[in-house]
Amino acid sequence: MTVLPRAAAQTDRERTTRAVWLAGLGLLLLILPKLIYPVLALDILAWGLFAVAFDLLFGFSGLLSFGHAAFWGSSAYVTASLLSHGQSVPVALLGGTLSALALAVPVAFLSVRSSGIYFSMITLAFAQMISFLALQWTDLTGGENGLQGFDRPGFLGMDFSNSTTRYYVCLALFAVGFAVAWRTVRSPFGRAQQAVRDNEPRAQSIGYDPRRFKFTAFLISATLAGLAGSMYTFGHGVVSLEVVNWRTSGEVVMMTLLGGTTTLFGPVIGAGLVLLLRDQLTTANLPVGIVTGLVFVLVVLFFRRGVVGTVQQWTRRR
Amino acid sequence: MNTQLLLIQVFNGLVNGAFYAMLSLGLAVIFGMLRIVNFAHGALYMLGAFTAFALGQALGLGFWPALIIAPVLVGLLGAALERTLLSRLYGLEPSYNLLLTFGLTLLTQDLVKQVMLSRFAVSSAPYSPPEALSGVVNLGFVVFPKYRLFVIALSLVVCLLTWFVIEKTRVGSIIRASTENPSVTRAFGIDVSKWVTGVFAVGVGLAGLAGVLAAPIYSVEPYMGAELIITTFAVVVIGGLGSILGSVITGFAVGVLAAVGAAFYPPIANTLVFILMFVVLLVRPSGLFGLPEGAR
Repeated sequence: MTVLPRAAAQTDRERTTRAVWLAGLGLLLLILPKLIYPVLALDILAWGLFAVAFDLLFGFSGLLSFGHAAFWGSSAYVTASLLSHGQSVPVALLGGTLSALALAVPVAFLSVRSSGIYFSMITLAFAQMISFLALQWTDLTGGENGLQGFDRPGFLGMDFSNSTTRYYVCLALFAVGFAVAWRTVRSPFGRAQQAVRDNEPRAQSIGYDPRRFKFTAFLISATLAGLAGSMYTFGHGVVSLEVVNWRTSGEVVMMTLLGGTTTLFGPVIGAGLVLLLRDQLTTANLPVGIVTGLVFVLVVLFFRRGVVGTVQQWTRRR
Repeated sequence: MNTQLLLIQVFNGLVNGAFYAMLSLGLAVIFGMLRIVNFAHGALYMLGAFTAFALGQALGLGFWPALIIAPVLVGLLGAALERTLLSRLYGLEPSYNLLLTFGLTLLTQDLVKQVMLSRFAVSSAPYSPPEALSGVVNLGFVVFPKYRLFVIALSLVVCLLTWFVIEKTRVGSIIRASTENPSVTRAFGIDVSKWVTGVFAVGVGLAGLAGVLAAPIYSVEPYMGAELIITTFAVVVIGGLGSILGSVITGFAVGVLAAVGAAFYPPIANTLVFILMFVVLLVRPSGLFGLPEGAR
C-alpha cells in the first residue's frame, strides 16, 4: 500500500508535464505564422497531423504502415476535385476526409490479418495501386499535371485567398484531429490497443479481439491522415502525383520517428523540424536527400526515442 | 493480338523478370538469414550500374571488367554497412532495419546524383553493351537483341548457382544452420557473425550485378532503383518472404505476366504486380512458396 502515494505523485507530475507540453505546443502553433511564412506554417500543421495519425497506428498499435500516402493522397485529390467542381470549402474538406475513411475500410480489413514486415509490405502495395489509379484516372486527378487553379470560395465571411486565414482555419481542424488522437489513446479503447501491441496472446486470452482493435485503430488513423491531406490541398491550392508517391509514406515515418513515437506531441515537432530543415536546404540549394537521409539513419541508430521522447525521459529521471 | 508481338513481349518480360529474380533472390537470402528487409537493395542495384559507368569514364574499363569489379565493390560496401550500421539493430523490431535502409536509400540516391552532376556533368547517362553482344539474333520465330538474351541466360545461371550453393553444398548447410539456430551453430565452432556479413555481402553483390547488367538496357541514373525496389518487394511477397526458389520463379513469372498484360492494356504494366500480390495475399497470406507466418 505504500506504493500508492508515490504512484499518484508520479501521475500528478506526468499530468503537469503533459499540460506544459500541450500549452507550449498550442502557443507555438498560435504564433507560428508570425515566425515563418504562413504557407510553410500550414504545411507544418498538415504534415504534423498526418504524422500524429501515423503515430496512432505505428506507436500505439505497433503496425508500421508504409502506405499511408494512400489516405493522405486520395483525400487530397477528392478535396481538390470537389473544389474544382464548385463545392464549398467545408464540403470539400469533409468529402476528402470521408473518402480516406471509405478507402481505409477494405485496406484495413485485408492488411490487419498480417503483422510485422508483411503488414508494411501489404500497405505499401495498396498505396502503389492508389498511386497507379491517380496516374491513370486523369479525369479526376489530372494525371501527371495534377490539379490546380481551383477556387476556394469564401465561407462565413472568411477570405481563403489570404494564407493567414487559411492557416487559422487549418489550426482549428488540426486541434480537432489532435483531440481525437489524444482522446483515443487515453480511452479504454486506447489502453486495450496498447495491450494488444505489447502482448497480443495475453490480450487475446483476457478476451480482446486483436484484429478488431487493429482494424479500428487503422480506420481512425487513416481518417485523420485524410483530414490532414485535405488540409494540405486547401492550403496550397494545387495537388500533384507526389501526394501518393511512396516517398511521402516514408517521409511521414521519418517525421514521427524524429519527433518521438507514442508521444503525440513528437510527430508534430518532427514534422516541423523536417519541413524547416527542408526549407533551409532548398533556399541554400543543398541536396535535400543527402541531409534527410543522413538524419533518418542517425535517428534510427542513436535517437530512437526522438526529440520529445528524449526530453520526456530526461525530465522523468530528475 | 499478333503472335510475333506477343512473343517479343514474352522475351521482354523475361528480361524484366531476370532483374526481379536477381533482386528478390538477394532480398530472400538476406531476409532468410538476417531477418533484414533491405530497402537499400534498389539503391545498391543503382550503385552497381553507376560503378560500371564511373569505371568506364574514369579508368576506361569496359563492360566485362565492370561485370566483375562493380558487384565486388558493391558487395564490399554491403559488408561494411552490415558491420557498422545494421549489426547495431539486431534484436530490435525488424521495422528498424527497414527504416534504416530507407534512410540509406535517400542518402545514396542523392549522393550519386551530386557526383554525376559535379564529376561527370550528366544527370543520366547511356551505357553501351559490349561489342560482342550488340546487334540482334534471329531465333527463327522472333528477332531479339543479343544483349537481352545474354541477360536472361546469365541471370538464370546466377540464380540456379545460388540456389545450388544454398540447398546442396556444405557452405549452404552452414548458412542454413546459422539461420535456423545461431546458438547451436556457434556451439559447433562456427563464427556465425562472419557468415552473416558474408551472406549480406553476397546478397548485395547480386543487386550490384543486376545493376551492371541493367546499365546497357536502361540508362544509368540515380533513381533507377527506386521504383524497381517497390516492384521487387511485391514479387517477394507473392513468392513468399525468404524462399529462394520461390523468389526466382516468381520473379520471372511476374516479369512475363506483366509484359503480356501490357500487350493488351499498356497502362497495366506497372500495377499488375500489385494486383497479383493482392490476389495472392487473399488466398495465401504467406505467399506462394512461403511458410505460414507462425512457422518462421
